[in-house]
Formats: sequence, structure tokens, C-alpha cells
Amino acid sequence: MTDTAWIDAALTSARPQAVGALLRYFRDLDTAEEAFQNACLRALKSWPQNGPPRDAAAWLIMVGRNVAIDDIRRNKKQQPLPEDDRAISDLDDAEDEIAERLDGSHYRDDILRLLFICCHKDLPATQQIALALRIVSGLGVKQIARAFLVSEAAMEQRITRAKARVAGAKVPFDTPGAAERSERLASVAAMIYLIFNEGYSASGDTAEIRSPLCEEAVRLARLLLRLFQSEPEIMGLTALLLLQHARAAARFDADGQVILLEDQDRSLWNQKLIAEGLALIDKAMRHRRSGPYQVQAAIAALHARAETPDDTDWKQIDLLYGALEIMQPSPVVTLNRAVAVSKVTGAEAALEMIEPLAPRLSNYFHYFGVRGAFLMQLGRNDEARVAFDRAIALANTTAEAAHIRMHIDRLMRDSQPRNAKAGK
Amino acid sequence: MLYAILCYHDEDMVGSWSKEQDASVMQKLSLVQEKLARQGRLGPVARLLPTTAATTMRKDDPPLVLDGPFAETKEQLLGFYIVDCKDLDEALDVARDLGAANPGGAYEIRPVGVFNPGRAGT
Repeated sequence: MTDTAWIDAALTSARPQAVGALLRYFRDLDTAEEAFQNACLRALKSWPQNGPPRDAAAWLIMVGRNVAIDDIRRNKKQQPLPEDDRAISDLDDAEDEIAERLDGSHYRDDILRLLFICCHKDLPATQQIALALRIVSGLGVKQIARAFLVSEAAMEQRITRAKARVAGAKVPFDTPGAAERSERLASVAAMIYLIFNEGYSASGDTAEIRSPLCEEAVRLARLLLRLFQSEPEIMGLTALLLLQHARAAARFDADGQVILLEDQDRSLWNQKLIAEGLALIDKAMRHRRSGPYQVQAAIAALHARAETPDDTDWKQIDLLYGALEIMQPSPVVTLNRAVAVSKVTGAEAALEMIEPLAPRLSNYFHYFGVRGAFLMQLGRNDEARVAFDRAIALANTTAEAAHIRMHIDRLMRDSQPRNAKAGK
Repeated sequence: MLYAILCYHDEDMVGSWSKEQDASVMQKLSLVQEKLARQGRLGPVARLLPTTAATTMRKDDPPLVLDGPFAETKEQLLGFYIVDCKDLDEALDVARDLGAANPGGAYEIRPVGVFNPGRAGT
């Protein structure tokens, strides 16, 4: 392993704090990023010779800031700056306060702000994610484009557009109050969840390409939790991502076909990630301030704790989905709950539960997949077939269609040995 | 004499290692451990989960339970070794060997007063 690889890891880990602090000084994203880049270039020259500094982030902030100030001064001599350039007028104060600012007291809000500007409400979700991966995580445009399965040029454009929009908006530089901080936290948590889902919802053939999105989301969630150690919902979010990500190696077969939860080889689940997820959900529960992430993590935890599919505590999962329905009413949550109900009470009750969802989920392929499954369990095979055909017609990708087809095959297979199973 | 070698490192940085980097570190560390084990000098070894999974209890009355590690520091306690060494020099040699696996961080070398190997987890 070369020195450069270690330095890269150090630069990556220092990035959110360093860019966050530089953004606070210069109040301009491009300047902050450029300052950080310049500091990184110097680090690559200096660190192999002099060894890495004790506090990489502080080093990068200091060097980046000095380089940028030099640049601004040089430009200042060449051309007069506009009167209202706040970045310049702020620099003197910045210098006076440098010692105080580097002691890390601001870093929590710096990082939160950096994450928060990426989830500007005018930005579509895909742009938020791309921007966060570029600015906060420091992933290269090429890498992000690859994960999103788009061309580099298209991603470059997407990020440029997102940046322009963020620059045009008023970035909140004041230290946030408690209420505002918790609002920011909620937006940022939602964005991290989106990043994860973007990677997690990949199909088998793209899962590997997209898995960096899941890993990055886990890293960001841990980072956020380290900044806000006693927020049960951030514990819940982190636990949820860890528990889902723990199953990554078991989710697809060699041909890239989806393997359903109950068919997965559980020995492939990452026990270290599961242990961490369970520890976090354990801690979160103590606060008795439940929330959607905690409930979803608790559901994932019940799956993770089951050594075999038959050990799954579906009754508890049903209750948890019931709680989630109250917190976040959504037909999709009810649909998921119905699956638990089908295990606890039976397919008839489950089918009854999803009937009223039909108008709202008439274009949702999972709805028809699940409905077909229930019908088939009840021996209403003709109706099941209709539902499955509808599901396949609604599939957005061939992978989705294949997934449903596999679901069908599986149910065909299962509906026969049902008697054999009962007899064992 | 038994020495505890407490491993401190910047958790963000360790979390930013690639899978390959992490695996390579663990591989190098296991070589050092094997050598010590062959000499019968290796006691319990632990790599701890991230400090976000930690809880701290202040022994107030009633005890106060806080989320997070005991100390908020730049470098966090990420794991430890118990090693049998004849003196500090030897313990420092072990730490040096372990330290070669990856740059950065620090080891606190601390003689053990009372040691009960226990049986949990074995």
C-alpha cells in the first residue's frame, strides 16, 4: 500500500469538516472547494516528507484558508473588488478569530450546514444526492456518474446546475437555534436515506457499481451520529442503514437475480454491521422518543435477529408497521404491513387489508406482486395470474420484471409443497 | 508483566479506509499477533465498535446514562491488546510492530494491575 492511499483516506475523512469551515470563512462554495483542493495538493507534497499532521482537518483548513486569501489579495491588486463582497470584508475578522475557530467548537454546525445546503428544497432528490456526494463526500464526478449509471458529462451538468441553484439561494450562515438545527438535521437525515436507497434499490447487475452509494450513506450517517450523539432518530437511521447494508452480499445470486429475504444465505450477512445496528437501536429505544427511522430499524433488527426465516417474529413486525402507519401513513407502509399480517393471521386478512389501497396503488407493481401472492396462497390462481400479469406490465425495468417473475415462480413452487410442509 | 496496549486512532479516518485498506491493516496486525501467540505472550485482543455505539454511565446518584464515549477527543479508543512483556522496552517493541500496520493514531501502553482472563466469548 502506497503512502498516497493513506493520505487519500486522511483527506477524505477531513473533507466534511475542512470544506465546512472554509465555507464559513468564504461564504462561497466554489471558493471553499478550491481552497480545499489547493490544501490537498500541498498535503500530497508535504505529508509524505514531513509525515501527516496530528490534526489533518485543522491543517487543511489553515493552509486552504491562507492560499485562498493570498489568491484573493493577488486578484485585488489586479482589479477592484465589488463593494458588497462580504467574503473580503469578513477576512479580517476571520484572522482574529482563527484560533478560536480552529478549536473545533464550530465544526458540528459547519458539517451540518455543508450537508444541509445540499438538501435545498428546490433541488430534486437526484441533484441533492449528487451534490452531497460531490461536495461532502468528495467523490469524483466520474465515480458519481458511474454509480448513477449516467454519462460523466450528464453528471457534470447535473452537479453544475445544482451548485448554481444552491449559490443563488441564501445559505444560512448564522449559528442555528435549537429548532432550526433539528429541522436541518431532519432534512439531512432524509437525504442520507435517499443516498442509501439509490444504492440499495440497484438491480443485481448494477449492485456492485452502486454499492459505494450505500457505503457512503453509512459513512455519512455515522458522521452525523458522531456530531449528534443523543438523537434517537439519527441512531435509528444509522441502525437502519447498517442492518440493511449487512445483507448486501446475500441479496443477489451469481446471475444478478434478486434473492428474497427468506431465501437468502444468512451466513453471508455481515455480523459486524448487524451487531453495530442492533447496539444502536438498543440505545435509541432507551430514549423513548420513537420515530420512523427507529421503527424501520426495529423491523430490520427483527429480520437480522432471526437465524432462519421461520424464526422471524412477524407478530412484532406487524405491530411495528402498525406504529409506522400512524407516524407516516402511506399505502406502501400498509402494503408492507399486510405481508406481516399474511404471516401472522393469514392471506385472507392480508388481502382484505390491501383491497382499499387499490385506487392509490393502481400503478405500483409491488402492489400487484403482493396481491398476486396472497391470492395464490388462497388458491385463487386465476385471479393471482391476472395480478401478476399486471405487475409485470407495470415493471419499470427488466430487472423489476424478472424480480416479479421470480416471485411468481417461487409462489408456484411453494403453493405445491405446502401440504408436504404441513405434514413435516 | 502484563501490559495493556490501548489503540487510539481518528475514527473518521479509520472509517474512511477502503475495504482493501482495512483488510490489509487487519492482515498485518494478525501477523504480529500470531508471532506473539506462538511465544505464548498474547492475551485477549478486542476491536471495538465505533464510539457511536458507546454509552457512558456517570456514577451519580442515580447514575446518569449518556450517549457516546467517555471522552470527546480527536482520537478515540478503538481497541486493545493484552500482552505479556518483560519490561516497557519490550512492550514498546510490540507497539512499534503493531504501529507499522498503518500510519497515524497512538498507543497507550499501560501495565496491568489485576487481570482476570474470564471466559466470556471463548
